[in-house]
Amino acid sequence: MSMPYYVAPEQVMKDRAEYAQKGIARGRSLVASLYAEGVVLVAENPSRTLHKISEIYDRIAFAGVGKYNEYDQLRVAGIRHADSKGFAYSREDVDARSLANLYAQHLGNVFTHEMKPLEVEILVAELGTTVRPTQLFHIAYEGTITDEDRFAVLGGDAEPIREQLAEAYVDGWDLVAATRAIVASLAGPERTLGPDELEAAVLADGNGRRTFRRIEPDELAALLAD
Amino acid sequence: MGLPLFDATDDPGPSFLSLIEREGAPTGNGLAAAEVTQAHATTVLALRFADGVLMAGDRRATSGVSIAHRSMEKVFPADRHSAVAIAGSAGMAVEMVRLFQVQLEHYEKVEGAALSLEGKANQLAQMVRAHLPMAMQGFTVVPLFCGFDQTRQTGRIFDYDAAGGHYEEFDFQTTGSGGRDARQTIKLGYRDDLTRQEALELAALALYEAAEADAATGGPDLVRGIYPIIATVTADGYERVDDQEVAALYETVIERRRERRGDAGGTLR
Repeated sequence: MSMPYYVAPEQVMKDRAEYAQKGIARGRSLVASLYAEGVVLVAENPSRTLHKISEIYDRIAFAGVGKYNEYDQLRVAGIRHADSKGFAYSREDVDARSLANLYAQHLGNVFTHEMKPLEVEILVAELGTTVRPTQLFHIAYEGTITDEDRFAVLGGDAEPIREQLAEAYVDGWDLVAATRAIVASLAGPERTLGPDELEAAVLADGNGRRTFRRIEPDELAALLAD
Repeated sequence: MGLPLFDATDDPGPSFLSLIEREGAPTGNGLAAAEVTQAHATTVLALRFADGVLMAGDRRATSGVSIAHRSMEKVFPADRHSAVAIAGSAGMAVEMVRLFQVQLEHYEKVEGAALSLEGKANQLAQMVRAHLPMAMQGFTVVPLFCGFDQTRQTGRIFDYDAAGGHYEEFDFQTTGSGGRDARQTIKLGYRDDLTRQEALELAALALYEAAEADAATGGPDLVRGIYPIIATVTADGYERVDDQEVAALYETVIERRRERRGDAGGTLR
């Protein structure tokens, strides 16, 4: 009869965390920041069709980095949750906080109970109203949830980006300034990123009920051009 | 309400209808029609013009012989490039529109692209068909659907029956108890190349005629300032015509009718 090896729980968690971090670090980073009219989200993403940033509801956006199939499944679950809730109650009852909590619980459960943790880091952004502030909820692979009040950086290589952006960040900056600073921080000191390697979107009022809007490559090029 | 995650083999896909079916949405089956007095919504129309398609509806809802609502809305945006209008049992119809709107937006968000106009028309047909048991009990819902087809760059109109059959109409269609009168008016004034203004005038007149002949269709309510709802769907999307613009259309009609003591005086507008 074979005896199962004893592995200390600390070791199990450490191994899983390392596994998830490695998976996430393979992908490119993403930044979301508040600006004068709402929230701007920019990701390094060469694909035109496999989006990292998408619409969940009237005032809620979703962003994910890491393994595409895993965060895309979470994105669809988020849309389903929001649409069902809005249909059963009312559109204004759909909020980012409860959705972020559900995501955090799910990621936490998978991290502790499943064979393999999800190799993703996700963000739920909500454009504020008169009763709710604009919020960014950052959820890590093990279910840790943090709410950021200025900007959030997702991805394996987040630290240098965060440092650079913290220096550049100005309260209430406009879309041009915010986008340029974000793109510069994503690129780092040695690279430059063109509009073809980026995906961007905003949550901003002024276009009716649905506030999510993709910034198409042409518009992005114009924003980045001097 | 938990996080709705499914296995790949068991996934409801981009359909909001199959999603809420799984979550056990309440249905109203089992009510006897005779026990309930329902409000019936009444004349709605759609007609094509040069830039796209126009949809209009009166504002009256009736319950038996009394007026239940004077300011009911029967024309709704289905999504950015389509509109839906309803006739029939008001409560059911409004609920169907709400579900239809969520269904289209849900599909668009999950799939990352909007349904084709024909796909949308088909979805609505399935919803009307699913409603058939209720229609048999007297809660009929008959929608009218129109939109701007972005692949063909033209406005298109779809007409439904209570069993969920849907038929594409080329130039115009009406439905509801005053639909016949409205249709006759449009038929006399219709041309292929109507401008937006001409189409608005024709639609306003058709509803005016329907209200003259049909007790369950409301005309312009000058006392309360309630006017029919008119909306256009063009390449730029759904746009509701401003109440003041509609009021101006009716001022012209009413002025001419007053001069002629009721008839149109040889003009079709």
